[in-house]
Amino acid sequence: MIPAAFDYDVAESLDHAVELLGTGGGDAKLLAGGHSLIPALKLRIARPSMLVDIGRLSDLAYVKDTGTHIAIGALTRHAAVADDPLVQEHCPIVSFTAGQIGDPQVRHRGTLGGSLSHGDPASDMPAVMLALGAELDVHGSGGTRTIAATEFFTGVFETALTPDEVLVEVRVPKLGASTGWAYLKANRRAQDWATVGVAALVHRDDGKVAGASIGLVNMGGTPLRARATEDALAGGASVADAAALVGQGTDPPADQAGSAEYRAHLAQVLARRALEQAMTT
Amino acid sequence: MSATEERTGYIGAPVKRREDASLLTGRGTYVDNMAPAGTVAMVVVRSPYAHARVKSIDMGAAKQAEGVVAVFSAAELRDDWKAPLPCAWPVTEEMKSPDHYPLTDVACYQGDGVAVVLAESRAHARDAAELIEVDYEPLDAVAGVERALEDGAPLVHPDLGTNECYVWRLDTDATGQAIDDADVVVTRTYYQPRLIPNAIEPRAVLAVPGTTGDMTLYSTTQVPHILRVLAAAGLGLHETKLRVVAPDVGGGFGSKLDVYAEELLALALARRLERPVKWTEERSENYVATIHGRDLVTEYTLAATKDGTITHCRARVKAAMGAYLQLVTPGIPLLGAWIYAGPYAIPNYSVEFTGVFTNTTPTDAYRGAGRPEATYVIERTMDALANELGMDKLELRRKNFIKEFPATIGSGLTIDSGDYLASLDKLLQVFDLDAFRAEQAKRRDNGGTLLGVGFSTYNEMCGLAPSRILGAIRYAAGGWDTATIRCLPTGSIQVITGTSPHGQSHETAWAQIVADQLGCDIDAVEVLHGDTSISSIGMDTYGSRSLPVGGVALYHAAAKVIDKARQIVAHQLEVSADDLEFADGTFTVKGSPDKTATFASVAFGAWAAHDLPDGMEPGLEATAVYDPPNFSWPGGAHAAVVEVDPETGDTRLVRYVAVDDVGTVVNPMIVDGQVHGGITQGISAALYEEGAYDEDGNLLTANLLTYLVPSAAELPSFELERTESPSPTNPLGVKGVGETGTIAAAPAVINAVLDALSHLGVKDVQMPATPERVWRAIEEAKS
Repeated sequence: MIPAAFDYDVAESLDHAVELLGTGGGDAKLLAGGHSLIPALKLRIARPSMLVDIGRLSDLAYVKDTGTHIAIGALTRHAAVADDPLVQEHCPIVSFTAGQIGDPQVRHRGTLGGSLSHGDPASDMPAVMLALGAELDVHGSGGTRTIAATEFFTGVFETALTPDEVLVEVRVPKLGASTGWAYLKANRRAQDWATVGVAALVHRDDGKVAGASIGLVNMGGTPLRARATEDALAGGASVADAAALVGQGTDPPADQAGSAEYRAHLAQVLARRALEQAMTT
Repeated sequence: MSATEERTGYIGAPVKRREDASLLTGRGTYVDNMAPAGTVAMVVVRSPYAHARVKSIDMGAAKQAEGVVAVFSAAELRDDWKAPLPCAWPVTEEMKSPDHYPLTDVACYQGDGVAVVLAESRAHARDAAELIEVDYEPLDAVAGVERALEDGAPLVHPDLGTNECYVWRLDTDATGQAIDDADVVVTRTYYQPRLIPNAIEPRAVLAVPGTTGDMTLYSTTQVPHILRVLAAAGLGLHETKLRVVAPDVGGGFGSKLDVYAEELLALALARRLERPVKWTEERSENYVATIHGRDLVTEYTLAATKDGTITHCRARVKAAMGAYLQLVTPGIPLLGAWIYAGPYAIPNYSVEFTGVFTNTTPTDAYRGAGRPEATYVIERTMDALANELGMDKLELRRKNFIKEFPATIGSGLTIDSGDYLASLDKLLQVFDLDAFRAEQAKRRDNGGTLLGVGFSTYNEMCGLAPSRILGAIRYAAGGWDTATIRCLPTGSIQVITGTSPHGQSHETAWAQIVADQLGCDIDAVEVLHGDTSISSIGMDTYGSRSLPVGGVALYHAAAKVIDKARQIVAHQLEVSADDLEFADGTFTVKGSPDKTATFASVAFGAWAAHDLPDGMEPGLEATAVYDPPNFSWPGGAHAAVVEVDPETGDTRLVRYVAVDDVGTVVNPMIVDGQVHGGITQGISAALYEEGAYDEDGNLLTANLLTYLVPSAAELPSFELERTESPSPTNPLGVKGVGETGTIAAAPAVINAVLDALSHLGVKDVQMPATPERVWRAIEEAKS
């Protein structure tokens, strides 16, 4: 429970954080809520040369209405996202899911940006962002750029962030009245990562499914879109038939929480239930 | 009038725990809080392989690392050990016992220590440990008990020539009828997974050398007295040169009932370096370095007549020892050996236990120790037998309950007291079974989640134990305990107990007992424990023994003190001792209510010694050593309700009702706490916890992420009730309570899962009933 040695510095501004990351030789890590990083440090699974503490950049914690989107600062804690009235009103799948992450301690320390930047395929929020088609603003020595959620998650604990980039803002589209949503996950204990999770958005037209967008948690090395199911629904398939296709293109892990076969089954059941629930919300 | 009938004072009252104020405000003193000047931190280098020979070990870089004081390999310390790590329970004469020293050059499980680093801080020691280069030659390993017994299986200890540690049998053939001749014979095989204890405080050790060759060992131990005897032997010290202290200890559940490598290492190295040496276990390290529990395969048979009278029980148990024999490893499965008939009157009794070495962390005592393992197979098979007979599950139990006490049972022991029918009746008063069955049927009709109820009617033997019986079953120590009551001049009372609490609230409960007996204010009673310099003998705390043995010793010590006080009062008031009555802390002369003496005044008089009977020693103090004439036999009836999602297999406990009979209750709040914790550990064995190894002996569940200890969020509020059959074998009427919940709960939960799925044809789900296992059981039943 004692990390390997590392340097530590406090970022006084976003640019300072970028500068500090640049001095870390590509091996520095940002410290925000620390709820993924610190356990990994203590187990010596993560051995960064340097921690850049961005915990004092309070101007990165906010929720704003941009008109078409809700913009959430990367340092906004999960609990704040869960409780935010703007998020609750315009993109309730995000506030709901934020309230499902870990346990109260995790939600009061962990941040949205940290959860996404960590790139854990078993985390709840990445799949939700994928389903929503969120936009992620990142800032680095090369300036600021916007990355689509579909491009952001590149591998197990890997993202499109370059070593000196910081995720600064996440924008999610406002969901209209015709969009239903559901986030369902199976886990053993309340605080566990999802064995499998399904985020579903259903665009309804006159009581029918006009289209759907589905993100999958822990069904591969990154959060995944269930494209086959989405396409089937767009083509008029029933929810049950479409949900049965959810495993296509996935590569679920096998571990103590379940075999790959069980996860594939679970994903079908949860996809069907999530779609049914999204039809009625 | 017995104490159980008085009930006017502290006994029976929910007196608040006096331990809590310091523990809850962070003012407790745990071993890791202690840091004498000059303390050196110790880190153990552990084998990543389940079985490997150390070909060479390069400690050069570590020795040069910043802050490092010393580094030692197994070979360098070999001469420090005057005896191997002890196993105090050689269960048979032929039992095979491998060499076991604090460090090894042939690792026999993942986590076996091969070297040790000492440095100025833990961080330095931890960093340096990474610099030690060990060249291992991996050897074939075996992790499962059944595989280990197969011909050609890798041998954990090739010099022993077998993985079979022992075979132990107990057979009675009361009726002469063969089991296979019975009308109905039901045999089932059960796997009970390995459980990994997770006391909230991991283990920690601090060895402090003195100036005269003496040593003090502070340890997170349940057994300071036993540890002193055996650690002194291990190091070749006079017992008088070793003081062992168990300060505040954050739970144990049996895992701290041991003599561990790190305790001896810290002592040996403190002696070598002439500096205090401290080792504190990391949480992940706890998963490999502290003993595990359970891990056994049991074939269990019940045979009955057509009308449901059970005639035979038979158990064939294969139990994992792990790689070595720790303090009581081989005896743990046998702690259930006498209760494989449960609370039922079964005349023909046959059990056979095979201890099996595997390349895994050693097993040893874990809450319930042998008895949950027995109750699980009995209660599962009772349900199976009822199904086979076409009989109601509870009716089968009622019919076969032992109904008269004391009862000599098939295994030869005698149950002190009980009323199993009363417990079950009370359970069914709280739990409306008809209403439940109606709701269950409705759920089945409606689709969606299913409900199931499971029952467990159990008994157990605890309160270890009559020393003579322990001797007969080859346990090295006695089962007595000791208590001293010392009256101070003002009437305050010092209690010195041989028990060693680590969460059991002895400071509160012992004060309740003494305050009632002596009729004093509870705050006047101080309870001292856990330090061999204060209580030089004692048998410590495990096996639900503290109250029915140590608590009763306390009663007898108080009786001796009262008796001496009576002699003094009789002398001073010039009356016959027989004419004195003692109640509420005051002696009165029968028929002369104005002639009185308070106990406090007697205490002062005994201390001043101005006017004592001729020849009487001054002072008012007595010690009693109590060796119980029998075990203590709690019992009861539990019901669990689960909700099962038939599509995903997700299984949740939604209701739990327990009726326990633990004899006289000294403090109902503390008993409730024990029952809550015990039930939780049983439930979690049934639904969550599983220590899993792969075939090569790699532990797959080596942290709190993968080893699922449930939280309050996974559990409903338990409904606790009691019936009370005081034990006739002790004057307090008390029985043990520390393990009942764990013993009862697991089969109730699994029986509930099977009840939920019975209409689908599911007959078995292995513990823990993970969603995937439940889903697969449903799928198999469908096909």
